[in-house]
Amino acid sequence: MSPDGSATLHDYGDAADIRSVREQKAAARAGAGAPPRPLNLYARRAQVYPRKVSGRFRSLKWAALLGLLGLYYVLPWVRWDRGPGAPDQAVLVDLNHERGYFFFIEIWPQEVYYLTGLLVLAAVGLFLATSLAGRVWCGYACPQTVWTDLFMWVERRVEGDRGARIRFDKQPWSAGKIGRKMAKHGAWLVIAFLTGGAWIMYFVDAPTVVRDFFAGAASESVYFFVGLFTATTYLLAGMAREQVCTFMCPWPRFQAAMLDEDSLVVTYNRHRGEPRGPHRKGQAWGETGHCIDCKQCVAVCPTGIDIRDGIQLECIGCGLCVDSCNEIMAKVGLPPNLIAFDTERRMAQRVAKEPLTYRLIRPRTVLYFLMLLGVAGLMVVSLATRDDQGVSVLHDRTLFVQLSSGAIQNSYDLKVLNKARATRHFDIAVEGLPGAGIVLVGRSTRPAIRVTVTAPPDGLGEYRLHLRAPAQSVTSPETKIRFVVTSEDGGTTVRESTFRGPKAANR
Amino acid sequence: MPSKSEKDLYTGQATTGHEWDGIQELNTPLPRWWLWLLYATIAWAIVYFILYPAIPGLSGYTKGVLGYSSRVEVEQKIAAARAAQGKFRQGIRDSSLADIRTNDQLLRFALAGGKAAFADNCAPCHGVGGTGNPGGYPSLADDDWLWGGKLEEIHETIRYGVRNEEDDTRISEMPVFGGEEDATLSPEQIADVAEFVLSLSKRSTDSAASARGAPLYKEHCATCHGATGQGDREQGAPRLSDAIWLRDGSKPGIVAQIAKPNMGAMPAWHARLDAETIKMLAVYVHALGGGE
Repeated sequence: MSPDGSATLHDYGDAADIRSVREQKAAARAGAGAPPRPLNLYARRAQVYPRKVSGRFRSLKWAALLGLLGLYYVLPWVRWDRGPGAPDQAVLVDLNHERGYFFFIEIWPQEVYYLTGLLVLAAVGLFLATSLAGRVWCGYACPQTVWTDLFMWVERRVEGDRGARIRFDKQPWSAGKIGRKMAKHGAWLVIAFLTGGAWIMYFVDAPTVVRDFFAGAASESVYFFVGLFTATTYLLAGMAREQVCTFMCPWPRFQAAMLDEDSLVVTYNRHRGEPRGPHRKGQAWGETGHCIDCKQCVAVCPTGIDIRDGIQLECIGCGLCVDSCNEIMAKVGLPPNLIAFDTERRMAQRVAKEPLTYRLIRPRTVLYFLMLLGVAGLMVVSLATRDDQGVSVLHDRTLFVQLSSGAIQNSYDLKVLNKARATRHFDIAVEGLPGAGIVLVGRSTRPAIRVTVTAPPDGLGEYRLHLRAPAQSVTSPETKIRFVVTSEDGGTTVRESTFRGPKAANR
Repeated sequence: MPSKSEKDLYTGQATTGHEWDGIQELNTPLPRWWLWLLYATIAWAIVYFILYPAIPGLSGYTKGVLGYSSRVEVEQKIAAARAAQGKFRQGIRDSSLADIRTNDQLLRFALAGGKAAFADNCAPCHGVGGTGNPGGYPSLADDDWLWGGKLEEIHETIRYGVRNEEDDTRISEMPVFGGEEDATLSPEQIADVAEFVLSLSKRSTDSAASARGAPLYKEHCATCHGATGQGDREQGAPRLSDAIWLRDGSKPGIVAQIAKPNMGAMPAWHARLDAETIKMLAVYVHALGGGE
């Protein structure tokens, strides 16, 4: 180690003081030779004090944080003209009026399967990303990570870096300490309010709700949900933090199923690092491993683990330990990436001194990619071909009625969904029953080949029809017929139904 | 709780002492606050017990200090729904029957309201969907009407009923033509008239009998049922020339009806149902399939 490097190492504090959450808990349980204690199923939380770090992955994390928060705040303000009477917010889940808007797409409640499709896409996308690059979602994009990161940044501004915060927490309570704590929690609450409040903008028109909120004119549910999300953001990002990942989130529990020996994960190069230990000036590097056991990887970890223990549930794959270790490696004059985003296979190849290979295309990734493509394709096709009208035909509970002329009559309830923003006329005709005529209740009393109904804009028209056929054309107790509904702009929907008549013996 | 906790050989972690076939469970302690959350939910439950109705007794239950009652809540919601319907009920009240039928909103409301009222009051005799029942309960879904199938006529029939004690009821009576003594027609004559009636709907198989019955029909029946059996709605006399029969349409059935007629009755509804409901019922029945 260079004298310069040795000197700078002292800035980081004594490595013996840095312990991972795991070590702290084990120490608490062991209690230094104490007699066996009754089994305790609960333990105090081991507080994590992550140190500030800079480097490639930290910059990536800042970029992700700014990008995602920016998107989150800007999106509700993007306008999208849908004509009069419709909200002009590009992305809006209008629960009050039972519509979802996403730019040019408008979803009705019965089309909620698009949301299912979106969730499937998100899940498969998550699988693909995980099999390629480990827990990048957890480390960079998960709201829990993003907000925790933001809250930690605030904490560092108010209470100082790791060492300062540990000392600060150990201090007895004083006016100054209370003031600083209040400043921190106050800032957290403001951020929590701003983020929790922003969530409501996705459900109610953003400019209106912002104005109404501060004028006290918003609805009770708006205030309730803003309060709820403020509280949960404050609680989860300020207090619970890594415990959300380790105790609450199901994803860490099964994400390992997506990983294989070719997935990029944050790994410690054990072969190069061990045997670890303090390095004395002038000592040759051949005698000890490259890990100088400075524990800076532990000090920066937001979940308080020691990555040198191997891949573990608590690791969110953020790579801050990589930055931290590289900082140290540069200072002691060693090549970087003792801890790195790397694959199990390359680790083994290094040990065996084989050429390093990285396989991007594997059955697993191909499968996930095809699934992603398949579901996305299905969504696009179904969105592109979806009708702006919906029709449902329900046969009366009464099977059929014989009229005085001997004609057979069946009655139907017809519903026409008009998804357009204008009143539209729909022509209704019936195929499959020669000589049949339609009587539209309220409009006609004589059967006609074709009737026209009017459906309200963005709404549902309900009609009652009688279908009348001469006795001689009813040749079966059950005739398959088709209702053909054609809108004034040519869209056609066909619905199958049945026409019932008497059994042959009774004809 | 197991008695002995041991150290796991591989991880160095304490075990819970549970062991199944040599497999031991590691003790991974939950955070303490998790336990406090459990206690908090228990405390919340106690608060809930105090605030809301909770514990059943032999003759009642604890009412809770908030005085909440789900029944009251339902009643409020029903009242609110009634109030929300007020606009439509007002529309039904103020509109003529014909106007209700041509107003999409009122028509939908009337059909839905009529359907509910029909199921409660009318379906026991006329059947679900108005298909009628054997034994003289006419179908309301076909186009054969005893007392008229226009909206106003249906409305009138529902309001005042048929052959009841009301002054305004629709009433008529078919005379008894048969019997042991002083019969208007002999059994043979009745059989001949029945054969003629069958001929009105082209079902006669004995032209001689039918010819014998023709003058008798003209004398005794045509006044009400019409010369060609077209019926008379003024008197509720059924049409005899079509395929629809209120009662048994076979020859023995017709003979029995001539000899000793059965006549249906229907209660008047104007005193039991409000005016809007009766209007909605009229629109609904008219829309069942045979409205004129």
